[in-house]
Amino acid sequence: MRNSFFSKKLVAVIFLIAGFVSAQNHEGEEVETGAHDLKTQIKEYIDHHLLDSHDFNLYSYTTDEGEHKYIGFPLPVILWDNGLKVFSSSQLEHGEGVAEVDGNHYALYHNTIYKTDAQGTINFGSHHGDETHTEDAFGEDLVVEDAHPTNVKPLDFSITKNVVFIIAVSLLMFLVFRSMAKRYQKSTMPRGLGRFLEPLVLFVRDEIAIPNIGEHKYKKYMSYLLTVFFFVWVINLLGLTPLGVNVTNNIAVTFALAMITYLITTFTGNKNYWKHIFWMPGVPVPMKIILAPIELLGTFIKPFSLMIRLYANITAGHVVLMSIIGLMFIFKNWIGSPLSFLLAFALSLLELLVAALQAYIFTMLSALYFGMAVEEDHH
Amino acid sequence: MEKLIEQFSFGLFFWQLLLFVALLFLLRKYAWKPILGAVEKREEGIKDALEAAEAAKKEMQNVTADSEKLLREARLERDALLKEAREIKDSIVSEAKEQAQVEGDKMIKKAQATIESEKKAAVADIKAQVANLSVEIAEKVIREELSDKGKQQKLVEDMLGDIKLN
Repeated sequence: MRNSFFSKKLVAVIFLIAGFVSAQNHEGEEVETGAHDLKTQIKEYIDHHLLDSHDFNLYSYTTDEGEHKYIGFPLPVILWDNGLKVFSSSQLEHGEGVAEVDGNHYALYHNTIYKTDAQGTINFGSHHGDETHTEDAFGEDLVVEDAHPTNVKPLDFSITKNVVFIIAVSLLMFLVFRSMAKRYQKSTMPRGLGRFLEPLVLFVRDEIAIPNIGEHKYKKYMSYLLTVFFFVWVINLLGLTPLGVNVTNNIAVTFALAMITYLITTFTGNKNYWKHIFWMPGVPVPMKIILAPIELLGTFIKPFSLMIRLYANITAGHVVLMSIIGLMFIFKNWIGSPLSFLLAFALSLLELLVAALQAYIFTMLSALYFGMAVEEDHH
Repeated sequence: MEKLIEQFSFGLFFWQLLLFVALLFLLRKYAWKPILGAVEKREEGIKDALEAAEAAKKEMQNVTADSEKLLREARLERDALLKEAREIKDSIVSEAKEQAQVEGDKMIKKAQATIESEKKAAVADIKAQVANLSVEIAEKVIREELSDKGKQQKLVEDMLGDIKLN
């Protein structure tokens, strides 16, 4: 166990510095644990990394005594469980402790907060029989992988790590664009950061909004398109930093964004748009009846594809990148680390492109849907 | 898909929606509107300036064309004037020549007539003088002839003899 804990420490550090690793990792004989254990650990680490977290951890390691140590700071946990319950995530002790608020007990299991008894017992469904486990943030016991706890899940509005980053990006964007806007009051020429950002703003306007929505109607969509473009781009880029934040690979985040696109499309759709959905012009009546449900379904599929595309691309990028970094620990010879480093480096460059590309695609397709919603009848 | 639903965190969704919508409205009011407004204003300014430049260029071309046209017209007018002047000169000269001819002819005719009349007068005068002279000479000759009686007799006889013969 000691060996595996040591390698976990290495894995944690190395993932955080994103591939800037030398062959020194091979120096210790401690790495010589079973390949299966290592692979499983790496897989778990990747899975864990992809999830949201109730703490802001820069990195974690395990001491020789087998104790988990976390470097970072706790975040507020906000629960709705017959009233608002607010406490610090430090009380959850990264899944090793039980938080007590107003006589209720909460514990963390697989990144989800459950209501428990004072001992923090997590009960599992009947298909696992009488098997009872105590919670473990790392889910080291693989038997419970597909077990579903039967404990009550309170509504969790915690300021998680991802929420912190959403707030941070929002603040950053607001400050940057506000200062950019202020500069324009003095002269109409961009200055400072505006020189870099203005072409991007113009790109969104001239290459995304106007071609897809049209010269006359693009203006009311510009705020959303610009906000979503920069938001997704910046937050994707942050996902590539060693901070280990992954906002856009949460389906909840992409769902929220896609939902806004859907709502804007639906509420700005004109008569012609709805006519094309419910009573397609220019086709025979039986076809109209067949097409209506398909078209109606299409309105949901469009934002759904937006949601899945962004989620899947960013998640896939992270998984592949981290797997390649993880290869270092599996190839235990001299070729492993340089190869893994080169691959990770190349992939990081690709991910930089993907970060911008996905922001572009999300914005472009949103604009396309808005364009469909406001297209005038020209039959 | 099941994993996706399981991973779906309502809290994160809630915060994302709330924060994003707040960001959207804040940026719309404090950033996008001023930025896009300024950019549009600038673009319009550039467009206007370009249009003004284009108009000025056209104006300039018009002015050049006008001046060239004026120059051409002036040149044509000058040529026309010169031509006219030449014609007038020619006509004046020819007219003068004709007039001179006519006048000359007239004078010559007059002179000739005068000469003729003078000549006639002179001839008439000469005739008269010759007649006078002839009469005087004849008088003198007759007087000489008839100074004695014998000769007078003889002459009368001769004359009578002539008449008889006739």
